[in-house]
Amino acid sequence: MKSTTPPISTVSSNTLEATARLPLGKRIGQWLENEAVLGYVLMVPALLLIVVFIAYPFSLGVWMSLTDKVVGTPGNFVGLANFAKLLRSEIFHQAAWNTVIFTIAATVIKAVFGMWLAILLNRKFRLARFTRATVLLPFIVPTVLSGLAWLWMFDATFSVFNWVLKWLWQMEISVFGLALKENWGYVRGPLWLGSPSLAMFSIILVNAWRGLPFFAISFLAGLQTVPPELYDAGNIDGTNEFQKFWHITLPLVKPIAVVVTVFSFVVTFSDFQVVYILTRGGPHNSTHLFATLAYQLGMTSGNLGEGAAAALFMFPILGLVILWQLFYLRREDSGG
Amino acid sequence: MQAYVGETFFKRLIVFYIPLFLFVAVMLFPFYWMFITSIKPDFELYNVRRSPFIVSQATLEHWFYLFKETMFARWAWNTLWIATASTAISLFAGILAGYSLSRLRFPGSATFGISIFITYLVPPTLLFIPLASVIANLRLLDSPWALILTYPTILVPFSAWLLMGYFKTIPRELEECARIDGATRLQAMTKIILPLGMPGILSAGIFSFTLSWNEFLYALVFISSPQQKTIPVGVVSELMKGDVFFWGSLMAGALLGSIPVAFVYSFFVENYVSGMTGAVKG
Repeated sequence: MKSTTPPISTVSSNTLEATARLPLGKRIGQWLENEAVLGYVLMVPALLLIVVFIAYPFSLGVWMSLTDKVVGTPGNFVGLANFAKLLRSEIFHQAAWNTVIFTIAATVIKAVFGMWLAILLNRKFRLARFTRATVLLPFIVPTVLSGLAWLWMFDATFSVFNWVLKWLWQMEISVFGLALKENWGYVRGPLWLGSPSLAMFSIILVNAWRGLPFFAISFLAGLQTVPPELYDAGNIDGTNEFQKFWHITLPLVKPIAVVVTVFSFVVTFSDFQVVYILTRGGPHNSTHLFATLAYQLGMTSGNLGEGAAAALFMFPILGLVILWQLFYLRREDSGG
Repeated sequence: MQAYVGETFFKRLIVFYIPLFLFVAVMLFPFYWMFITSIKPDFELYNVRRSPFIVSQATLEHWFYLFKETMFARWAWNTLWIATASTAISLFAGILAGYSLSRLRFPGSATFGISIFITYLVPPTLLFIPLASVIANLRLLDSPWALILTYPTILVPFSAWLLMGYFKTIPRELEECARIDGATRLQAMTKIILPLGMPGILSAGIFSFTLSWNEFLYALVFISSPQQKTIPVGVVSELMKGDVFFWGSLMAGALLGSIPVAFVYSFFVENYVSGMTGAVKG
């Protein structure tokens, strides 16, 4: 058997004739010895999935956005009418603006508090491993299910936050005796999901709660690569904690921090679940994001063309992020 | 790790223990809230005069309701089957692609690598409307296969990307030795790289499983009949009907839907974390 096997590297032209007479199984085996052939063959399952369920739907989405398709009809080509209609509509302006605020606020909160938590978790303490595992829980469990808990905590009548506020207020009255104009016995407290700005605050809070552990644990992985000697050197130079963070920790953690932040930006920007569970875009469209607007137009109202167009408005921003990321990774690669 | 020698206990309390305790409390409070709500009888649940933090007459009625009056057990089974099958498909495709891109040189491999990376950053919310019509044309609407086949589009780019990085850390010489001993390229892959890459594969698998268990949008759009739903969609759509929500059973469902992933995660924390951080680092 060994004697019939050609040299390992590649099938050269004079052995092709010999291999042609081999049984099929062996011929395939030898064919796969070719590095390029094997390379392509191994890519087939992944590429098939990507072409059928990502590339094709994407181009279909572009086509749908140019039609007036509603559920159950083929739809007619209408050019850029859907995009023009969206750009003129108030609800779209609102959603675009909401997405900007939501993405920036949530990402900043997650990055800042995530870094703080990472620095805390980077210390040596009892139960350190257990604590690290525990704080990741919000990120592990299904977002809509933990979102339900938040919906219940934000309930108009039975909100636990309002119960605490009311309790604090009564404590204040019984201790200091200062009764102000409103009597909390009758006032329910803030409607967390019922007023536009508070509802935006609430969805940002829940998104940040859910995503913060991802930042913290990724940053922690970055922190653990910082050599302790650098801090010792800092100690000798008499730097304070903040200076050490700013001049030693931050520059070394920056590469991973940038990638994590960009990745989270994409996920936050395209978020759907938090809004769907908590507000469905309300009150008065004050919490609609691109994704929830697309869902409402495409799925709830059945205007598939318009919905596809609304979703595609995310693409330019995502495209920019992807290009930047590719550029950044390549520069990191070549820069070592 | 930074050493903090000579720090007084008081300073340690202020800069470390208290902030850390607050972080942990905020992260875990919603879970406590799910639990306490799920065991409260209704008269305690809907009474603003009582302290909501404690329960005086704990009950399992909401948990029983979940199994007797809803299809929760069926949803759990669906979720498990869909998550397992899509994880298996993703690992298969991801391992092959990851190996190919990290080990084999062929024209266009860089382009494939970039396209995998691009699809990694394409969110489901961008595609769900046209994808729904693709699924409808394949006659897969309302079938678990709609999800088993589409979840890998989220998971394969991630797994391939993660495994590419992982396979690169395995010394090339090991494979070359095997090939000098007469192993074919495929044998070198299955006998050398796969066993050595097991930690990476496990990370990709755990991560994929939790992602598919938690997926919501595709399951919401592609599945409509109650008996085909997954836990996240079932709990949200079947238990939140009308104006009155049954918060006790909703919270029981939310907790019960979270426990399996938390359980799997607790056994593989290290793998999960290395999967998570490895996937962003590439």
